Amino acid sequence: MPIDLIVFLVLLASGYIFGQAAEKRHYKSIFEREKALHGILCSSERHLPEMGNVEGTLVSGSVVISIDYFKRFVAGLRNLFGGRISAYESLLDRARREAILRMKAEAGAYGASSVWNIRLETSSIYKNTQGSIGSVEVLAYGTAIKFR
Amino acid sequence: MILSNIETIPGRTVVKHLGLVNGSTVRAKHAGRDIMASLKNIFGGELKGYTELLQESREEAISRMVEQAESIGANAVVNVRFSTSSIAAGAAELFAYGTAVVLE
Repeated sequence: MPIDLIVFLVLLASGYIFGQAAEKRHYKSIFEREKALHGILCSSERHLPEMGNVEGTLVSGSVVISIDYFKRFVAGLRNLFGGRISAYESLLDRARREAILRMKAEAGAYGASSVWNIRLETSSIYKNTQGSIGSVEVLAYGTAIKFR
Repeated sequence: MILSNIETIPGRTVVKHLGLVNGSTVRAKHAGRDIMASLKNIFGGELKGYTELLQESREEAISRMVEQAESIGANAVVNVRFSTSSIAAGAAELFAYGTAVVLE
């Protein structure tokens, strides 16, 4: 029994330490790249305004992000009492912003000035034995427009 | 072949609609990636292997859709949509569909 407890505590501690560090690092890189790609206009509008001589193509970006052991444990506790699960909120926030950034990077490589009709799709792809969510996949796609 | 997920291709005129085209692929992850994924489930972070796998599969689905569009004589696909569904433990289906059109 004590061995089980030790393993559990080690997993919890390493999840907390590495998970927090990974999240902090990720947010830092998200902020930097969001600033760098600020010039590309993003819209979920389907109908383009009259823009003259343009051409376009489909661009997409996707990411799979996993939650750490500590946060999953906290989320499990939260399930007992109800309320906001901020552990999952930050996971999904990071995943969506990362997917949008990758899509914008692809649009930037194409030379686009804007991306239209952006659609986001989220799916949980890895479930552990208890059935709780391990990781999420987010796909962002849209039509990039550049002036000819 | 030009793809877009809005009703038209920007800057071009659609002269003919040829109907729905689709492409799909079912992929399973391999054991090595699975082990890495369970490690990441402890430490958190991006599962790069999975991201690549899904990206490749999505490209495969798109290329099958494009093949089908080419075979009926289209030169663009508009209104492209993606969908992902997990059909069994460890396997996912990636599906892409859109409307094949002829541009002038």
